[in-house]
Amino acid sequence: MSVLLEAQGLCVDYLGGERSVRACAEVDLTLRRGEILGIAGESGSGKSTLITALTQLQRPPAAITAGRILLHRDDADGGGTVDLTAADEKRLRALRWREMSIVLQSAMDALNPVMRLSAQFADVLREHRRGITKEAVAARTAELLGMVGIPAERSGAYPHEMSGGMRQRATIALALACDPALVVMDEPTTAVDVVMQRQIMKQILGLRRRLGFAVVFVTHDLSLLLELADRIAIMYAGRIVEIGAARAIHDAPQHPYTRGLRDSFPPLHAPLSVLHGIPGTPPDPADPPPGCAFHPRCDRRLDACDRRLPRLGPVADGRGLAACLLHEHPEEAPVS
Amino acid sequence: MTDLKPDTETPVLEAVAATKHFAAGGATVRAVEEASVALHRGRIVALVGESGSGKTTVARLLARMYPVTGGEIRLDGSPVGRGHPDREYLRRVQLIFQDPFASLHPGKTVLHNLERPLRIHGHVRDRAEARARAAELLERVSLLPAKEFLDKLPHQLSGGQRQRVVIARALAVRPAVLLGDEPISMLDVSIRLDMLNLLTKLRDEEGLALLYITHDIASARYLCDDVQVMYAGQMVEGGPKEDVIQRPAHPYTQLLVDASPDPARDRAADGTADEDGTTLGEPPNLADPPSGCRFRPRCPHAMAVCAEAFPPRTELGGGHWAHCWLHADGSGVTTT
Repeated sequence: MSVLLEAQGLCVDYLGGERSVRACAEVDLTLRRGEILGIAGESGSGKSTLITALTQLQRPPAAITAGRILLHRDDADGGGTVDLTAADEKRLRALRWREMSIVLQSAMDALNPVMRLSAQFADVLREHRRGITKEAVAARTAELLGMVGIPAERSGAYPHEMSGGMRQRATIALALACDPALVVMDEPTTAVDVVMQRQIMKQILGLRRRLGFAVVFVTHDLSLLLELADRIAIMYAGRIVEIGAARAIHDAPQHPYTRGLRDSFPPLHAPLSVLHGIPGTPPDPADPPPGCAFHPRCDRRLDACDRRLPRLGPVADGRGLAACLLHEHPEEAPVS
Repeated sequence: MTDLKPDTETPVLEAVAATKHFAAGGATVRAVEEASVALHRGRIVALVGESGSGKTTVARLLARMYPVTGGEIRLDGSPVGRGHPDREYLRRVQLIFQDPFASLHPGKTVLHNLERPLRIHGHVRDRAEARARAAELLERVSLLPAKEFLDKLPHQLSGGQRQRVVIARALAVRPAVLLGDEPISMLDVSIRLDMLNLLTKLRDEEGLALLYITHDIASARYLCDDVQVMYAGQMVEGGPKEDVIQRPAHPYTQLLVDASPDPARDRAADGTADEDGTTLGEPPNLADPPSGCRFRPRCPHAMAVCAEAFPPRTELGGGHWAHCWLHADGSGVTTT
């Protein structure tokens, strides 16, 4: 499939004079049309900052200080490539909802509490399809709600009259209102129960198959992504430390952090053994360790790890990319 | 419902057919119906279910944060009153909450947070002794070097370190029972296992009885000895963890286990069935719950009898039991 979105050398800083904090550092990403890319990371890893930058929703003091975000438009939508970091608000407004939309973690905050669901769908549809008839708005709203299993007669409800799971599904339906090529999802299943989480995941997979949109799905729950995503990027301290096919991330993680994260989830059915997670705690983004930010927690660190910053590069057997000196110097033995 | 576990040892703490109804406006919310759970020395019981299932209410009934509407709470086999618990009860039964950011006094040092229970319960005579005991407590929860942590303020600690302080504070009064309400769900994934391993250590080395409330079946399986499953205020199944999780007898338990993230799941077999519009249903409104078994509106096996009465407890062997009409003839055949 053709490339839809590219981030090149993207840096996002929280500006504070001499105490600026780099939340995303030199992020390179490529997203193909129709692909589900998962981004996994712990608190402070920069994953939420990254997607607010991708959608140009960052607010001061966050600012993009380097890099580009290229959106390649489909020929049917006029074609061409837009650098989102250079686009003005008018240009972005034309792209939002039609080219890219976002689903946020807290559906209660994303929906207007004093508007009926139908009015919120009408808002979006009227803004982006001038002259659309009242009947067409109602029909499209019913169709969209139907996609996520909400009966059309519920469109008259206010957000507080719906369950958390239904609200979250409504925001997904809303994000699909103008048939975008890209839907960015920020932990959309974190606030719902496992049964609803499973249902939402199935709906995302089914709708993606039917409608062909691409998804960037951010979560702290790697076990979820292993079931949902085509490819997974692992973030640590503002950097992508590994990116590869979901199966490869599960079967053969190349970065020690990815391996530790994968092994932090106890199995549901496989035999149990004592697991240890990863020693230590994630670093403070304002004061990351020198060299590879993971080295203080790493059980395979090399002498140079506290000085040299590893670059994201191909691993030996061609299974994706990893940023780790082990792959730059596979012959060197671990010190610990 | 008064049948005790066939154990020789009397449970330290137990809810026997405990019912809790809340008045809400003109309505009555039937939060918990005749729920029984027994906590034994040196054993961990996991209480699993969706939000709104009554898990937290059961923990609060056990902690006597509010009185039961029906049934009783027993400490060491003796029924407790419905009034405010005395200091001895509060000493023996300690709660650990979900949010380690909200459960420590933010303006006071770790020492102060630990010293309070030590003094209130008369375990120390002077400051020097309090400091020494507080340091011991931090060592027991592996916050090392303990002396460095005593003078820190909660905001200077990571989430995992804070939750360790919360556990240390609970241990300060030398409790017999810990009630953990989602104690790891707000922690970063890579440090959750450490916390579960700490709880295991407290069970094994100190003989604590533990109730672990969670919606994460995999972590329940990792940590606990027994599992009980709650749905809409009713206990639906329980027993040794592998019986319940690997051979669930109740259709709700089956739904819960099937919905849980499992990277080992075969993706090709998933995501094609009941995608798009179909829904797995949602829990009922407890102000107006369905008659009989409250799971029946979502249950693929619902029968006429399910609406008539809540099914009796069926013993399935080896301590495994379920409340389901499918098993009420005593055949003990699972439905999968």
